[in-house]
Amino acid sequence: MRPTTPLILAVTLAATAGLTACGGGSGSDPDTVKVAYNRSTDNKIRFKDNHLAAVKKQFEKANPGKKVKLIPIQAQDNDYATKVQQMMRSPKTAPDLVYEDTFRINSDIKAGYLRPLDDYLAKWKSWDQFVDTAKDAAKAEDGKTYGVPDGTDTRGLWFNKKIWAKAGLPADWSPKSWNDILDAARTIKKKVPGVIPLNVYTGKAPGETSVMQSFEMLLYGTGDAGADPLYDPKAKKWVTGGKGFKDALNFLKTVYAEKLGPDISDALDPNVGTTVYSEWLPEGKLAIALDGSWLGQNWLETGGKPWSEWSKTLGLAAMPTQHGQAPGKVSMSGGWTWAISAKSRNPDLAWKFIEQLQTKDNAVTWDIVDAQIAVRKDVAQDRKYTSSMPGITFFTSLVKYTHYRPTTPVYPQVSTAIGEAMEAATAGGSSPEKAAKSYDDQLTSIADGATVAAADRG
Amino acid sequence: MATATKVAAAPTVTPARPGPRRVRPLRWLPLAPATVMLLLFLGGPIVYCGYIAFTDMQLTGASTTDFVGLDNFRRAFGDEDFRNAVVLTLVFTLLSSLVGQNTLGLALAALMQRASKPVRTLTGAIVIAAWVVPEIVAGFLLYAFFRREGTLNALLDGLGLPSQNWLYTLPILAVSFANVWRGTAFSMLVYSAALSEIPKEITEAAEVDGAGGLGRFWHITLPMIRRSIGTNLMLNTLQTLSVFGLIWAMTRGGPGNRSQTLPVFMYDQAFNKSLIGYGTAVALLLLLVGALFSMVYLRLMKEEV
Repeated sequence: MRPTTPLILAVTLAATAGLTACGGGSGSDPDTVKVAYNRSTDNKIRFKDNHLAAVKKQFEKANPGKKVKLIPIQAQDNDYATKVQQMMRSPKTAPDLVYEDTFRINSDIKAGYLRPLDDYLAKWKSWDQFVDTAKDAAKAEDGKTYGVPDGTDTRGLWFNKKIWAKAGLPADWSPKSWNDILDAARTIKKKVPGVIPLNVYTGKAPGETSVMQSFEMLLYGTGDAGADPLYDPKAKKWVTGGKGFKDALNFLKTVYAEKLGPDISDALDPNVGTTVYSEWLPEGKLAIALDGSWLGQNWLETGGKPWSEWSKTLGLAAMPTQHGQAPGKVSMSGGWTWAISAKSRNPDLAWKFIEQLQTKDNAVTWDIVDAQIAVRKDVAQDRKYTSSMPGITFFTSLVKYTHYRPTTPVYPQVSTAIGEAMEAATAGGSSPEKAAKSYDDQLTSIADGATVAAADRG
Repeated sequence: MATATKVAAAPTVTPARPGPRRVRPLRWLPLAPATVMLLLFLGGPIVYCGYIAFTDMQLTGASTTDFVGLDNFRRAFGDEDFRNAVVLTLVFTLLSSLVGQNTLGLALAALMQRASKPVRTLTGAIVIAAWVVPEIVAGFLLYAFFRREGTLNALLDGLGLPSQNWLYTLPILAVSFANVWRGTAFSMLVYSAALSEIPKEITEAAEVDGAGGLGRFWHITLPMIRRSIGTNLMLNTLQTLSVFGLIWAMTRGGPGNRSQTLPVFMYDQAFNKSLIGYGTAVALLLLLVGALFSMVYLRLMKEEV
């Protein structure tokens, strides 16, 4: 070894030591809860931010010396999830509390990103107020619960009564089958030119919006009552694309092929969901929207697009099953939960913040401002809640017909595959059969072969 | 810019100094911190990527990461979407970089040489303006230009021509055009510098000998700026291969997968489908494509005139 070599080594070591030193130590402060949540991409919509800011104030007042750091992530749902998953990979960046969509939570549990909450829940009196389906929403395959839901939603048909009158359709419209919906749309196309008769989301760009709001609303209305056309929970296997799957794709294909829907390029715009409530519905450009229970919140005085006439202008109808077979109506439900990340260094403080979010008053306020369907019995009976919004009783009544998405870790990947099948059938000019076949191939690879043929393979 | 061409065109090895070469470690001392930094922040991630590409790492949905050998690469070559992405990447690169930016840049540079000063300044400013806006801004600008209610269709309507839904019918052409619009400035600058290096005497001599404008351009100008062409093609191609933001903002790789080039495909696999391992394997393949292109250009540049 030359005399200079040790010197070089020493310098190198010193340099690297300096580097690693500045990488460490940026951990968390034991008195601060970091809360990551998704901020709407619509700059006018800040319900969640305002509500969380209010709860933060209460929390800091009730716990002197403790701080809450809100980390808003302004992005589409898919991008929000990606960002949070990356944050949760390292203790340095992991937030303590994460707002998790129930549709992704199982995937994140499996990835080891979240912390089981059973110890906390066992000591928490309010947990008894939650309805069972909601408690199950964040329950993993290991039987533990990983999230506290703060509300749910249902879906149905919104229709514009003014356009209805012009088209000579009955004001108390309640379709009994898919064909009734198509007939109404065709009538509108003929009699009221210039409006979009029916919006059903499609394609990959809107993400879970198209899969849940339109495809699954159709799919879960096919076949027999009680059967799950997507996933067989008893066998723990995914159902390949059977007749119901193709019928649902066919319905979508019909809508877009007959030009009963929006222009396909608008439909494939990732921001189409925002366009529906901020432009098409208020401006009377859209007759029927298959959409969520929360739309109304955008039109309140405090909403992103105040529209005082909305409750008079819009009617509501439940989504029928395919041929009107029992139970006659169908809805899908999702919802979001508060979860604590596994790498959080302040789980106890994070739990305290969940408790603060879920005081009865805060829970009521939140379900009202976010137009959520209550998941707590005490909230559901609260006068403030029941009188908060036109249509809330209608959407709450759909809870008994509603379906939840399969709570398995691979659901998000399956959802992406469904989005691709929808896009292929509506925009890609591929036949529903071919799209279903390609879905089957993807499904086999996603589920590692744990698939089962649909009962109604046709 | 003239120096840039020289620098880029010098991957040839400098001849070693005569005499025995002594290794003097002390000379490396000032470079040590920089070397360490590079190894840590550039080498480290690259090595880590190389490792991930051979695993089944997922962003979510799996807690363990296993070594899977060549599975990801096998999967890529059997994946119809991957093949589609490769074809689209080649189309995008050929159209927007080789044909578009390069030819247009050269044409602009040649025309600007003969133009008066105000015209030159104005043209240069406009072209460079497109280049200096951030990629994502350019993406949104061009989205607004091409969309169904966009500027382009308004212009076509005004001229009484049928309007087109460009982003839906020909998405790969639309994004290629966008990339030409945005990246031409770079080629223009490189070629302006190269053309100004050509001695006036030679062109004048050719003129005296009776060579026409095109003849002069073909027999004198092109051979003399051959190296700049090679350099420019290489830099352009590598830039174009990795364009992501522009396409993401304009089409997100859609409709369907008709504008899904490799970088977009990679992002979709790694972050939308959470398959980090597979996405990284595709990234390595993209690196390979870039390396192939570079090697071809380097060979072209090496030949002596």
